[in-house]
Amino acid sequence: MRRAVRRSAWAALAVVALLTLLSALPALAQDAAKEPAYRAFPLIGSRLAVWAVAQLHLNFAAFILGVPIFAVIIEAIGWRNGEAQYDWLSHELVKLTFAAFSTTALLGALLLFLFIGYYPKFWTYMTSIFFPTYGIYAALFFAETFTVYIWYYGWDWLSGPRKWIHVGLGVLSNLFGTAILLVANSWVTFMMSPAGIDDSGALKGSVWAAINNFTWMPINIHRLIANIVFGGTICAAYAAFRFLGATTDEERARYDWMGYIGNFVALSAFIVLPFAGYYLGREIYAFNQTMGITMMGGFMSWLWIIQAILIGVLFMGSNYYLWLGMERIPGSERYRRYVPMLIGILAFGFMVWATPRSMVITLDEARAMGGTHHPLLGFLGVMSAKNTAVNMMILTTFLSFVLYRRANRVSTKSWAPIGMAIQWAALGVAAAIVIFFGVYGYFVESLVRIGFSVYQVLAVLGAIFVVMAIDIPMFKGARSTGAIRWGTIAARSQYVLILLAVTFTWLMGLMGFARSGIRQHWHVYGVMRDNSVDAATPAIGYAANMITLVTIAFFLLVLFIFWLGGLGEKGRAEAHGHAAPVIAGGSGPMSGESRGGRNPLLK
Amino acid sequence: MNLLRSRFVQAVLVLVVAFVFFRFGIRPPAPWSVLTLYMSIVLLAVLIYVSSDSDSWREFMWPIRSTLVAPDKGLTRLVLLIVVPLLLGYYAYTQAAAKPQAPPELRAVHPAPPASLQFRGKEIQITGLDNPLRRDQAGFKKHVAAGAETYIRNCVYCHGDNLDGKGHFAYGFNPPPANFQDPGTIAMLQEAFLFWRIAKGGPGLPKESTPWNSVMPAWEDRLTEEQIWQVIMYLYDATGQQPRRWETAH
Repeated sequence: MRRAVRRSAWAALAVVALLTLLSALPALAQDAAKEPAYRAFPLIGSRLAVWAVAQLHLNFAAFILGVPIFAVIIEAIGWRNGEAQYDWLSHELVKLTFAAFSTTALLGALLLFLFIGYYPKFWTYMTSIFFPTYGIYAALFFAETFTVYIWYYGWDWLSGPRKWIHVGLGVLSNLFGTAILLVANSWVTFMMSPAGIDDSGALKGSVWAAINNFTWMPINIHRLIANIVFGGTICAAYAAFRFLGATTDEERARYDWMGYIGNFVALSAFIVLPFAGYYLGREIYAFNQTMGITMMGGFMSWLWIIQAILIGVLFMGSNYYLWLGMERIPGSERYRRYVPMLIGILAFGFMVWATPRSMVITLDEARAMGGTHHPLLGFLGVMSAKNTAVNMMILTTFLSFVLYRRANRVSTKSWAPIGMAIQWAALGVAAAIVIFFGVYGYFVESLVRIGFSVYQVLAVLGAIFVVMAIDIPMFKGARSTGAIRWGTIAARSQYVLILLAVTFTWLMGLMGFARSGIRQHWHVYGVMRDNSVDAATPAIGYAANMITLVTIAFFLLVLFIFWLGGLGEKGRAEAHGHAAPVIAGGSGPMSGESRGGRNPLLK
Repeated sequence: MNLLRSRFVQAVLVLVVAFVFFRFGIRPPAPWSVLTLYMSIVLLAVLIYVSSDSDSWREFMWPIRSTLVAPDKGLTRLVLLIVVPLLLGYYAYTQAAAKPQAPPELRAVHPAPPASLQFRGKEIQITGLDNPLRRDQAGFKKHVAAGAETYIRNCVYCHGDNLDGKGHFAYGFNPPPANFQDPGTIAMLQEAFLFWRIAKGGPGLPKESTPWNSVMPAWEDRLTEEQIWQVIMYLYDATGQQPRRWETAH
């Protein structure tokens, strides 16, 4: 309790510092004319300092905004089903969020110091546009902080008949958190795609026009989904960390289950993330063709190959975890024969996605190919092939999940064979549509081809909807072939969960570099030039090193928080109202739903 | 037959078959960089498959573990102790030894065009620009014919009479000239992009991704604005490609 109070005090101090700075900004703005445009951060330079702190702040912010979204859903499930394990899990997740809260606030304040101190002219300009939003941001921050405090500390107080109030607080904190995200995104996206300003860069009318710029809504959607994925992977990594250090079967079972839920959440959101990314890419093209080409075809084009490799690892890793998890489900043996097919499609999709349009070739190879583009493999380097590959990988991952979901269940419905036939047909039709438009895309002009991606996405989402609409009633009241033996999963699966978290964090850093880097030598694209010594856009190798360092720093901080989370539990679990429940699979008694291995999240 | 049932042998066989396919089944040969990428993915997939259940993983690991610890495998270990370092040494030598050609490098797919350019003192907005000659429907054939003549006089030496980047001089350049027949070149670009590239050539390429390897001259000194638009019309007409249209802003 004392530690929590100390954490709260730190967070409150950070917010007060932030507000003090915000209130001083108009005065700072007046003095800006006398100030230099830039100051140099000692040793590493201002850009690296801002880059590192901004990326760390974003990582923590993504975590504390993403986790509460599914924590409240899990709490609501536990509340409706009356199962203690869900309430425990939700509390565990909010505990992690809570621990990361003050770090996020401190990093945010540090970032602000860096902007004001080292980029004073830039910050003055941003303030001249967005000053009205500062107050809203601070108010939202206060509102979210106190809502989360009550949500966390009021867990016991608002239990029983008052549980609905508690769940309502969780929902409210998410609404505040999302609103904070929207405000902060307006600043970032304005720098990419400024709007609502005249030729001199001054605000023309309402600040709303600057907020509602070209890339604001696509980034809102993309970040919201990515935050859920990120939160899921970090929670799963936390569970893996605890699983690997567990000393009892009960503990192992509990954290195996938690890791599964974290991965399930991450995977569910991850499946739609590429669609949101594609929408963002299109809007960048629509805003400015030069910016779009710089990003996709220009000097950043190789970044997308690295991205393809990382996403390929995420897809392979997520599926691998599901297949390893099936080992602890009696009855899953009948689905093992699908694994070679699934991995074959994933590997082929991975290859297509990672095939570069402009290959790394020697002169001899170029001559043998008859040019810079391979006459056969070159076809795999364009968007038609990439979109087809990613949609097929999403369908495959979904199929893996469906097999996992029904691993220990046998439908007792008389119409089950017809239902399954329709499910297979839906998946087959979706795959056929995806491949058809992928191939047809080579025979039409670019603008039409871009439109085909919408049909591919709709086919995949449609198949997912049809399969789940049949699956849920088909397996209601299904016969169980045995309980899931939580805690008996192979230890290597836990390293996969950690790998997924690290890969996703690294990927976020890379995409952050892409989003920021396409502005090139502009603070605010086309409006305010970057005249600092760091105006050159770094090469991808340099950026990759930087992203790696920040990722390491983030995980060191996260490890510290995980360690704190474990430390706080020692000796007080029983005294607290949230003593960890026993999950089926451990040596203790089984809980109701877990006995059949059913998971209400999957109903 | 028993050997083929071994998980380890199966995994090795998949890797060998995949390598043979990628190395000899793709024509013209895939570059080594791509081959390495594909083989890494196949290796990852194979390892995931053999370790996706405990029995399979144990079976896969058994020959490896046995080779490393079984008392009767001493000779095998000795052979491996000699062969593996030699192979690694040979690999290191092939990577480090000087080769009589420039090393491979990462190249950008398309350089990013500027929003506007100066053409013989006249400012031309690139963003949103369409080929003005396409408005003259009646003169379409005339413009294409004029474009063909300009192409034959100036461009054919590098880009070839089939517009496939295999002109007389093509073999002297690294990288080779652009192949317009490839659906990944002009079909992905607006005509305004081509206008910029032809007018400004290699010297006009943007600062990022420098140094650029392009010997294309800046044709604005030799061709008129109309001739450049005509040659662009010819490129699309002769290859059967459609220029990319501008997306309408929301």
